[in-house]
Amino acid sequence: MAGRSVSIWFFIGISLLINGVLILGAGLYEYSHPPAPEAQVVLFRLHASVWWGGLLTLIGGLYSWWYAPSRAR
Amino acid sequence: MSLAAVFLSSSSLVHLAPVDMVIVTFYFVLVLAIGFYLKGQANTGEDFFMAGREMTSWVAGLSFLSANLGALELMGWAGSAYQYGILATHWYWIGAIPAMLFLALVMMPFYYISKTHSVPGYLKLRFGEPSRILSAVSFAFMTVLMSGVNMFAMAKVMQIVLGWDLNFSIWVSSLTVAVYVTLGGLRSAIFNEVLQFFLIWAGALLIPILGLYEAGGWSNLKVLITQRASEQYVHMWAGLGSFSTNPMGIHWTGIVFGLGAVISMGYWTTDFLVVQRILAAKDIRSAEMAPIIGAGFKMLVPIIVILPGLLGLGLLPMKLVPESVAVATHGYSYNDVLPLMLARYCGPGLLGLGITALIAGFMSGMAGNVSAFTTVWTYDIYRPLINSKGSDGHYVSMGRWTTVVGVLISVGTAYLVMRSASIMDYVQALFSFFIAPLFGTVVLGMLWKRATGAGGFWGLLCGTISSVSMWAWVKVDPSALRYVALSPDAKAIAQDMYQALWSFLVCVTVTVVVSLATKPRPDRELVGLVYGQTEIPSVGDLPLYQKPLFWAAIVAVIFVVLNIIFW
Repeated sequence: MAGRSVSIWFFIGISLLINGVLILGAGLYEYSHPPAPEAQVVLFRLHASVWWGGLLTLIGGLYSWWYAPSRAR
Repeated sequence: MSLAAVFLSSSSLVHLAPVDMVIVTFYFVLVLAIGFYLKGQANTGEDFFMAGREMTSWVAGLSFLSANLGALELMGWAGSAYQYGILATHWYWIGAIPAMLFLALVMMPFYYISKTHSVPGYLKLRFGEPSRILSAVSFAFMTVLMSGVNMFAMAKVMQIVLGWDLNFSIWVSSLTVAVYVTLGGLRSAIFNEVLQFFLIWAGALLIPILGLYEAGGWSNLKVLITQRASEQYVHMWAGLGSFSTNPMGIHWTGIVFGLGAVISMGYWTTDFLVVQRILAAKDIRSAEMAPIIGAGFKMLVPIIVILPGLLGLGLLPMKLVPESVAVATHGYSYNDVLPLMLARYCGPGLLGLGITALIAGFMSGMAGNVSAFTTVWTYDIYRPLINSKGSDGHYVSMGRWTTVVGVLISVGTAYLVMRSASIMDYVQALFSFFIAPLFGTVVLGMLWKRATGAGGFWGLLCGTISSVSMWAWVKVDPSALRYVALSPDAKAIAQDMYQALWSFLVCVTVTVVVSLATKPRPDRELVGLVYGQTEIPSVGDLPLYQKPLFWAAIVAVIFVVLNIIFW
């Protein structure tokens, strides 16, 4: 559905992109500045923020580009 | 008292980092921005109440599913999975998939052809005004109560996880929903529901991934659960041969006939909250495909709801208890399992997204209830009973005001729900009061041309009264459970299943008897409303892979295979 001019999928892309960038940034910061062991979440060593944030950034970026209003026109 | 003290209670499970607060705030800004963006596209009744009937099958299907992904799904069913084990998955598979496919292939054509605005609107066409009013009033009542449940659940999560004050959470979420639904109507609700669907998956999917990693895989998790609870917690059907051999205290007949054949059919095919999303589809094929797409994703939802509950049962160091015990002992209740698992695995950023997923789920449920309430109030109560000669603009204006009033009533309901011991039992009781008899009335109306207006009305009324009566009987005399639920071992959730089954049978019996004793409507008046009198429109000359029937068959096969795997 186009929503007349801006597609719903564009809003979703923007949302995933911004959330992904924020999570990736937070993950990279934690990677370089690890919290004290007692403050770490379970499975901290997997650095889920980094790869999950990266994945969301990638998907969000693709959606935002593909459904961008300028491209749709 | 400082401002912070107003927002924060004394303790919380986690503390949000600045990046988490940015993510949560961004979500609120985005949903409000969507509402303002769509404001100019909700000027007519068809736009405001039916989203212009221009949704594609994917948007309608995801919205159909997302409207149901509220508090009940995210927090309540994760808690139920901790309490009852994998049995809770029945509410996602046999308790949803057959009904969604039935809606798509059998019932949707009638809703769509009749061009009704609502389910009570169909009852008006088929059975007359009394049935419509009875159904509309009971639906409106149920809807605002459900909305209050959603609000309370969200505020509770915010209190447990973040230490936010209950009042603060209730008012911020309700005002946000009020603004974006008032501005953009159903289109705004649908847009946000699809957005929320993605956020829920993005925020919640990490818990099962990391949880299964920690547990050492599904097989090891089953061993852990068996050690901490019993083997019956990891079998869906094996323990249902007797009331006393499964954690839920239910017999397979309750699951198959009460849940699968009545409650789920009633909910997914006649609850206007979800059906409204499908009525907004752009054509008959989209309207049929939307529930099938929803069914496909519905089968996956246990991954982010049931599995976290099971992981909590197998991995959490503390033992969760019923809500009433948790309040008395200052411990954690079953309903806390999802936030606890979130806090277990998610650091800064991820925690913000997880919290956003919860808020999104709660708000989509609330917005769904409010938009459905608004339509039913305006078209099925206000217009026929109070002002039948208003202009289209007048009804749009009424819709906007009703949205605000509906939210305020929901807020009041949320404060009432705070006194209830169990969110789940409360909601289940509501379902069986109204939904099961309504399904009996609608399905007879669609499939049996001999059903008359008097039969439909009295069947619906007697079915609803019987359901409320059974509930009240067990409340006054708990030993009556052996009659209502067929066993003194039955739990409250099992009682609801049987209550729904009996009230459905009462509805059908009364409808049939009264119909046979009253004069039938001429066949020509039933065209477009009843099977056998209606030419079902074709979805067109499409290749096999584009036909709804083909995809429904695939979903059905996967459904059967999943039940066998987790038998």
